[in-house]
Amino acid sequence: MVAVERLVQAYRAFAGNGASGAPAWLKELRDGGIARFGSLGFPTTKQEAWRFTSVAALTETAFKLAHPVSRIPQLAEIQPFLLGDGPRLVFVNGFLQRSISTPFFDGVRLDGLAQALVDTPDLVRQHLGKYAGADRPFAALNTAFVRDGAFVHVAARHKVEEPIQLLFLTAPSTDGARLVAHPRNLIVLEREARATIVETYATLGDGVHWTNAVTEVVAGDGARVDCYRVQRESDRAYHVAVTDVHQGRDTTVNVHAVSFGAALARHDLRGTLAGPGGYLILNGLYLLAGEQHADHHTAIDHAAPHCESHEYFNGVLDGRSRGIFNGRIIVRPGAQKTDSKQTNNNLLLSRDAHADSQPQLEIYADDVKCTHGSTVGPLDPKALFYLESRGIGEVEARRLMTYGFAAEILNRMDVAPLRAQLDGIVRARLAE
Amino acid sequence: MLEVRGLHVAVGGTEILRGVDLTVKAGEVHAIMGPNGSGKSTLTQVLAGHPAYTVTAGTATYEGKDLLALKPEERAREGLFLAFQYPVEIRGITNSYFLRSAVNAVRKHRGQEELDPLDFLQVLEEKLKAIGWDDTLMNRPVNEGFSGGEKKRNEILQLAVLEPKLALLDETDSGLDIDALKTVANAVNKLRAPERSFVIVTHYQRLLNFITPDMVHVLADGRIVKSGGPDLAHELEAKGYDWLRAGAMVS
Repeated sequence: MVAVERLVQAYRAFAGNGASGAPAWLKELRDGGIARFGSLGFPTTKQEAWRFTSVAALTETAFKLAHPVSRIPQLAEIQPFLLGDGPRLVFVNGFLQRSISTPFFDGVRLDGLAQALVDTPDLVRQHLGKYAGADRPFAALNTAFVRDGAFVHVAARHKVEEPIQLLFLTAPSTDGARLVAHPRNLIVLEREARATIVETYATLGDGVHWTNAVTEVVAGDGARVDCYRVQRESDRAYHVAVTDVHQGRDTTVNVHAVSFGAALARHDLRGTLAGPGGYLILNGLYLLAGEQHADHHTAIDHAAPHCESHEYFNGVLDGRSRGIFNGRIIVRPGAQKTDSKQTNNNLLLSRDAHADSQPQLEIYADDVKCTHGSTVGPLDPKALFYLESRGIGEVEARRLMTYGFAAEILNRMDVAPLRAQLDGIVRARLAE
Repeated sequence: MLEVRGLHVAVGGTEILRGVDLTVKAGEVHAIMGPNGSGKSTLTQVLAGHPAYTVTAGTATYEGKDLLALKPEERAREGLFLAFQYPVEIRGITNSYFLRSAVNAVRKHRGQEELDPLDFLQVLEEKLKAIGWDDTLMNRPVNEGFSGGEKKRNEILQLAVLEPKLALLDETDSGLDIDALKTVANAVNKLRAPERSFVIVTHYQRLLNFITPDMVHVLADGRIVKSGGPDLAHELEAKGYDWLRAGAMVS
């Protein structure tokens, strides 16, 4: 395969050049990544997990490994993506921009992964690549190109009050080259630590680029982490991402994932409840229009007893867009008293929009409670009449109901400035 | 206020109303009773403008206007209100947001300034106080996860806030226990006014123990077969509907 070979060549250049100073263990990790990607290749629609999503566009386009930008964006340029003055790391084309970031080291280590590899290599080594499954080709590819990304480490019992923002921007190349960035994020909360992380992916301007992101989240025993993920890249961008969350005992993890942008977006989101008493919420929204295609593959792995998971994903699809939701719930043998609920509702705003919803329950324990439900359809005419009968005109009634469909997901979010930012995006999209 | 003449209505090709005549004057409370399937709910839905029903003959005049020519939202803005038998859930939209949208749609129509959230909150508090209710339902999504009683209470709350001239209550009593029924009936009584009329559709007489109507009509097989004062409701409670239905078929 030409496309795979092209990436292997790019890897050789990368490994022999910019990444040559890496410690042996990291070189090994990267070599393993490219070898794995080489043998897996790009996924095809013949594979079950990629049945509805073709990555032909990625194989047909020659992407160039993104390099650090020569011009660092001004704060004013990135303001629309920021959530006030809280702690943040800003990455452009995959590289940390220290001048517009606020790294800090007080109870929490917030820094670029590249710097963390120098400062605290053992801590990085202990976790990096331990959770994001190597069975997935794009995660393997990301591992091959591991270089920079966000590193968040919260010490035991430390509570970070303010949300930490991780902003990933791509600045399209001035020479017309199509760039690919492989941001790699590692978020580690030691026991009973607490933090809120907001990951935002956006494009500076408009252009074709590819983001291949991997985020690993580790919640130590008794920790609580709220992860927000917003993908609002250019509608010509390609976005492939893997998020893997690993939960210890008595942990609470809320993952909110919102997808507004990209021509093609694929997000594999996996939560592993590895210790008893774990609680996990996956709360997601995809708002698509035009020719957009978004595919969310989620998996909740109940590997321990007495855990609870709730999953809510809503899709709003207009134009000729397509939304795919696959929700897998695995209840391992011995994971008794599991309580798991999943819902996926899709609102079709046009005849040409399309949604596929696939729940996938694999239950190997007998004393469990698992429910799932999904809907695909247009706005409910009964509800429409109800609103009209209160004096609200048809256009406004439709907008209100559509907004409500999205707001149902946004209403579960606790970070007020983010909630307001997303609310603004949703309202602007509905006003179009 | 409302003049219905020879109203014939069909849904999906089946005729449900077969010549309804009804006159409601300002400030009056009319009760429409009748057996299941007699067309009571159809009458209220048609008057509110539900698109599934087709008027095949007859007229309905509201405040001198051709009601049937107006869109549902226009009817509402002109002061018509329907309390639904089965209120609908609107996911993701809180009751207060929904109500403010409705109030502002009406205000805009009247050329009044729209209310911002704080102004609206003040108006809402006054209305709630007037009917003696609290605001527990206001910050929940519209009807989502509401009990049957809460849903019906929510309809009356909307009535109180929207201040219609003509309120149609479609089986507001169904599914309510006696305490909930009293709560709802008391609120309706407080909302009675010389310039406000009510048409109350009910299957049972018990609601009329708490709300005394000016007129009682019996709807059977798509026609009003008998009209009378409040005593008619008691007669119906004792005798049922069959004697009227048989009569309707003979006449």
